[in-house]
Amino acid sequence: MLASIIASGLAVGAVYALIGITYNTMFATSRVMSFTAGQLGMLGGVFGSLFALRLGLPVLPALVLTLACCALIGVVTEIVAVRPVLKSLDQHLYVLTTLALALLIQHTTAMEWSTEPQPFPRLLNLGSGIWDEKYWLPVVVCLLTILGLEYLYRRTLVGRAFVAIAEDNFAARALGLPERNLRIASYALAGAIGALAGFAGGQLLLAFFANGPLLNFYGFIPVALGGLGNNRGAVIGGFLLGLFQQAANFMVGGIFSSVAVFTLFIIVLLAAPQGMFGAQAARRV
Amino acid sequence: MDATTGTAPPRAAAAVKLAGPLTPLWPFLLLLASGLAMPLTGNDYWGLIATRMAVYWVLVAGLNLIVGFAGQLAIGYVALLTIGAYTTSVLAAGNVLPPLPAFAALGVAGLAGAVFGVVVGLPALRLRTFYFAMTTLGFATIVTQITLAWQDVTGGGIGIPGPMLPEPFDTTWGFLYFCLGFAAVCTWLTANIARSRFGRALVAVRDAEVAAEASGIHKPKLLVLVFILAGALAAMAGGLFATLQTYITPDAFTFDLSLLFFIAVLIGGRGSILGPLLGTVILTVLPEIAAPLAAWSTFLYAALLLVIVLAMPGGIAALIDPRGRRKLPENRVIAPLPEALDALLGQRQVPEPLRLRGIVLAFGGVRAIDGVDLEVAPGQVHGLIGPNGSGKTTTLNVISGYYRPEAGSMAIGAAPLPAGQPQGRAALRIARTFQTPRLIGEASVLENVMIGGTIDGKAGFAEALLSLPRQRRDERELEARARLALEAVGLAGLGEVRADRLQHSELRFMEIARALMLRPAFLMLDEPAAGLSTEEIRRLGALIRNISRHGTGVLLVEHHADLIFDICDQVTVLNLGKVLAAGTPAEIRVHREVVSAYLGA
Repeated sequence: MLASIIASGLAVGAVYALIGITYNTMFATSRVMSFTAGQLGMLGGVFGSLFALRLGLPVLPALVLTLACCALIGVVTEIVAVRPVLKSLDQHLYVLTTLALALLIQHTTAMEWSTEPQPFPRLLNLGSGIWDEKYWLPVVVCLLTILGLEYLYRRTLVGRAFVAIAEDNFAARALGLPERNLRIASYALAGAIGALAGFAGGQLLLAFFANGPLLNFYGFIPVALGGLGNNRGAVIGGFLLGLFQQAANFMVGGIFSSVAVFTLFIIVLLAAPQGMFGAQAARRV
Repeated sequence: MDATTGTAPPRAAAAVKLAGPLTPLWPFLLLLASGLAMPLTGNDYWGLIATRMAVYWVLVAGLNLIVGFAGQLAIGYVALLTIGAYTTSVLAAGNVLPPLPAFAALGVAGLAGAVFGVVVGLPALRLRTFYFAMTTLGFATIVTQITLAWQDVTGGGIGIPGPMLPEPFDTTWGFLYFCLGFAAVCTWLTANIARSRFGRALVAVRDAEVAAEASGIHKPKLLVLVFILAGALAAMAGGLFATLQTYITPDAFTFDLSLLFFIAVLIGGRGSILGPLLGTVILTVLPEIAAPLAAWSTFLYAALLLVIVLAMPGGIAALIDPRGRRKLPENRVIAPLPEALDALLGQRQVPEPLRLRGIVLAFGGVRAIDGVDLEVAPGQVHGLIGPNGSGKTTTLNVISGYYRPEAGSMAIGAAPLPAGQPQGRAALRIARTFQTPRLIGEASVLENVMIGGTIDGKAGFAEALLSLPRQRRDERELEARARLALEAVGLAGLGEVRADRLQHSELRFMEIARALMLRPAFLMLDEPAAGLSTEEIRRLGALIRNISRHGTGVLLVEHHADLIFDICDQVTVLNLGKVLAAGTPAEIRVHREVVSAYLGA
């Protein structure tokens, strides 16, 4: 039992961590927390099932198409819900615009795809029992993603430009960095990462429209725990959350495990509003 | 001006009455009358819709104070509706305790709602906006799951019957009348809060949090009171909702409802009562007249939310608010009235001096202030000058309690002034203005100024809720004092204007009026002359001198050397966080280091 708790805990934890990274990627260049993060994860599963199962494409083209579609939705998010409200960031209008967009995505999926969970295909057909691909695939994808992002941010010019914008928007613009294009690029990247989360976790979570708000909430917890914009914190927080949730699931049952997660979340947040590795808030006066 | 009475300042005040949130009253009465006339249609279905509208409004009226006034994005408010519906139904059905009468059950639900209202709201006191929105959503999910799981009490997925109200409220029309009456009372209650110092403080916390603190507004206390009220109303709406449904299951409390409540406030517009009421009416009717779209109602609400935020952020309230369009007088002149200042400040007991000794404060490795000594004497104007980054504003922020110094002491006379605690300064009669005016753009100039007198209100929240005599007396006094303050700074004719329509120079004087509401012992002005014309600077100088003559100690941070040397009794010059020189203007003017470091040859 312990083995299966750990296997499934790490698997869902990896999905949560990836959604957390999706949040962070959007936040880095825009200072906006977007409610669409969870929907992107949900769409990763839905598009994956659509392309690979319903349309019968091979895995690789299906993956590429899924990533492309979600990247596009990321860009649409930036144009529709983020750019218009960036001028008045202090009024927090982005909470409302991204929530509205997230609901539009969710409801359209429910109406046009299905209101019932749909199956997700096996991707590699490797492993069985606790070594089944549905458990280790999300973990591998999560680790590859974080390594890839570290490489991007540290070793490439575009990645360094991202970091510069995240550190100091004004200074970066003064240096002549194309702030708007970089922001669009980061939203496309976030879309792809969210899609990866849904695609890799598809066999666990299935292609289901209601995964959107679920992933939105459980993906936000790692961000809150790890500190805004801190990807490594999100990964650690994601795995911890996954393990805690699955352990609670096995011990006290589904409904009370979500109560336990929520209570723990509130307590941790109230005790450490900046997260475990977060920075202090800015000066106000 | 009135020649015969000589010194008495003109009172334009008496003519215009402060417009409350229920002014004009006729739209409210019209809505109520059409609700009351529903039985004439003989159509039970429409009676049902009207009842639902009234029930929703009971919840939205409270939520409006949280979202529309305090600006807290509480999205998952369906949770409180659920709690209220189940509390009432379970208590009335008697499957836990002996059955209670429906009205008693409704009352208990209100209490439960008050408690859970605070539980849902508490994170708002500590967390950032997005985090708070997220926790309210999480809470809504949890409550639904608990109602599903706790089968012994809630009936789980099967549900339980809603409570029946006794005669004469047990018919369609009787229940409609009961709900309409309840909704009318809620409208009155929330309007009372909206027009009290509590309502103004809520808006101040939303739009000008720093200025609210400087005016002595204690945000957590204020928000908790409003969470209690809104929670109680929402839970009682839940009880009525259960009666209306006659049978409730967890499915009845969808996220759509949360969205409906939340969007009703936003469509209505912030800081209004009529707007959200109309929003509730529209959103309740919309799915009925667009029946084929019922399956898409979430989509519709979401699209509406997006359009409102992007296209008409002011909501309905902005469309129906005449203040935004009325023409302002041209060629306005700011003409401070010394007589009004006399009437406002009077002659008071002279306070003891404010002393700073060896104040040190570093940001990271930079010592922003490094051992500053300063003494502001009552009845004097003390100038604080120095190059940019020399620590002037930082010194002001230390005195106002926004920063805690690492070393040094502050005291008024013999009484030590505690470090930190910006909300405590108003009670000590320490007032201030800000380098960039902190205003509530959507409120009138008069309301902005009244914020400054918040701590002098004597009536409590409950008295404000019921608009009891002491509350009304408070309001009259605050309003009269605010009009005096506006006359004193020379903005007498502009009380009813929306603050965001004033010119920059007028805003600077409005901030001084707000500070004067405290009848301050010490007044700190942060670059009040920035952006003013020469003539306005001259009048500002006279006003400041005049204020100090009434016993107030003024600490003036300024770059206009002429103004400083004209009106100051004492001048302290800062450079790199240290006191470079201190003395009378005459001494400073010839101080060699000051001249070379700051004033120039």
